Amino acid sequence: MQNRPLILKLLSAAIVFGAWEIAGRIPVSYAFPTFLETMEALVRMTLDGSIFQAYAETLKPLVLGVAISAFLGITLGLWIGLSSWFDWLFSPIFVVMQAAPLAALIPILVMAYGIGLTSKIFVVCIMAMPVIVLNTSSAVRNTPASMKEMAHSFLAKDRDVLLKIILPAASPIIFSGLRLGISAGFIGAILSELKITPTGVGDIITYSRSIADYPSMYAAIFSIILLAVVFLNLLEKLENYLFEGNNRGYASD
Amino acid sequence: MKGIIVAMPQTEATMKKQTSAAPDSAVSVRNVSKNYGTVEALKNLSLEFPRGQLTSLLGPSGCGKTTLLKIIAGLLQPTSGRIEVNGAEVEGPGPDRAFVFQDFALLPWASVIRNVAFGLELRGVAKSERESIAERYIRDVGLTGFEHSYPHELSGGMRQRVGLARALSVDAQVLLLDEPFSAVDEQTRRKFQEDLLSLVKHENKTFIFVTHSIEEAVYVSDQIAILLPRPSRVSEIIRPTGFRHKDVDSIRRDPEYLDIVDQIWASLRSYVE
Ligand SMILES: Nc1ncnc2c1ncn2[C@@H]1O[C@H](COP(=O)(O)OP(=O)(O)O)[C@@H](O)[C@H]1O
Ligand SMILES: [Mg+2]
Repeated sequence: MQNRPLILKLLSAAIVFGAWEIAGRIPVSYAFPTFLETMEALVRMTLDGSIFQAYAETLKPLVLGVAISAFLGITLGLWIGLSSWFDWLFSPIFVVMQAAPLAALIPILVMAYGIGLTSKIFVVCIMAMPVIVLNTSSAVRNTPASMKEMAHSFLAKDRDVLLKIILPAASPIIFSGLRLGISAGFIGAILSELKITPTGVGDIITYSRSIADYPSMYAAIFSIILLAVVFLNLLEKLENYLFEGNNRGYASD
Repeated sequence: MKGIIVAMPQTEATMKKQTSAAPDSAVSVRNVSKNYGTVEALKNLSLEFPRGQLTSLLGPSGCGKTTLLKIIAGLLQPTSGRIEVNGAEVEGPGPDRAFVFQDFALLPWASVIRNVAFGLELRGVAKSERESIAERYIRDVGLTGFEHSYPHELSGGMRQRVGLARALSVDAQVLLLDEPFSAVDEQTRRKFQEDLLSLVKHENKTFIFVTHSIEEAVYVSDQIAILLPRPSRVSEIIRPTGFRHKDVDSIRRDPEYLDIVDQIWASLRSYVE
């Protein structure tokens, strides 16, 4: 019974990869390699080390941008959720940031910060931060009033209310914001390498497309998706570890 | 702890001598008004709560029972008037009062034992000490074996027992209960009412109990304050005395019990559309 989710996951992976293989063999398009060709390219890039060199580049803006977004995003989200003045001051910025078409902002960023790491970090942050901020602030604002009242009646200090009521009550939505934000951060990192300067994984994608080495191009895309999935799973583990009881459902009635 | 228990009878005796006529009040409500914007929830309300007894606040919904209880708890500020607990004016929540909430207000992410010990946790009591106190009250309310369960795994009645144990574990002199049994089924409710009677008898505490059930109020109370809306006021104070000492099973058949229920219904009926 315990292995059932694992079996289901393997089964759905087999179906997706099988369909990919078939679609590649028909072929749907001459630019669409089969699954096995793609894996072959991935193994080749792993063995010659080029994929690691690429990630050494790509991970820099990604990790920095995601870390900045998570830390600043949660901090700002808490402030915005707790104070209506902060809400008035900052909320519109993030709503606009979330709605803004990133492609249109990139030339402005390049003009202001050049084509280096700074611009790429900005792209990751613009993608990742708004949803983290907005989720955190709305979760904080929606803390059940009865729980805060209970804490006050048992003589909680403001710090206790924040740490023992508001944060744990908001944590599921904060974490879902983090998940969405980090996924968007991955997109941002690749986008910045495609639109600003081709480095790292973005370089593999651009270069292999230009020489019509489609298996390599798809292998690079596949590897970044794989990395994102692994990372999100780790995040879920962290959430379960930190807020065990939340996992067990809410007693709302 | 021990010192307080030993000292109690003495202070009570001296106080009784001083105020020979009026009974000793644990809580006094003096001319309290509360407005929510233009809504007058309470208007110039005064009421005394005798020490060691259970006083019910009974009235139709919307007449300000919860408002009054939260003002006594220090969770709401009155628009005018004052509250005294043991002679000292209330300015906010204090260690002398503990609240039992209508919707339980348990932490869904915390186990039963952490919920029960939460009041002590907020007071900075060490973990081992507060858990041993919590275990005792978990046993008292009949939840032994559920210490490590989570609230969503419990029935409504069991959740309210957790809320009750949490309020008892901080050892406040005044317990404030806001319709604590309204969300539990009828059988559980009757059992709760019996348990409440024995709590009043054995714990040396003052109980302030909000209910909208006439039968419940008459069954458990030493004193019943009937609140009426528009404008909110105490219309009557009834002190059932004849059947208090009786066996819990025979109260509901006692003629005085039935008379008081009828009498209260007669005065409330005109306010119920
Ligand atoms: N936060 C609030 N804002 C505005 N009006 C309120 C608020 N709380 C209660 N009231 C009003 O005050 C009156 C008394 O409410 P409440 O104390 O909850 O009554 P009860 O507990 O007896 O049902 C009601 O008319 C209610 O609508
Ligand atoms: Mg009420």
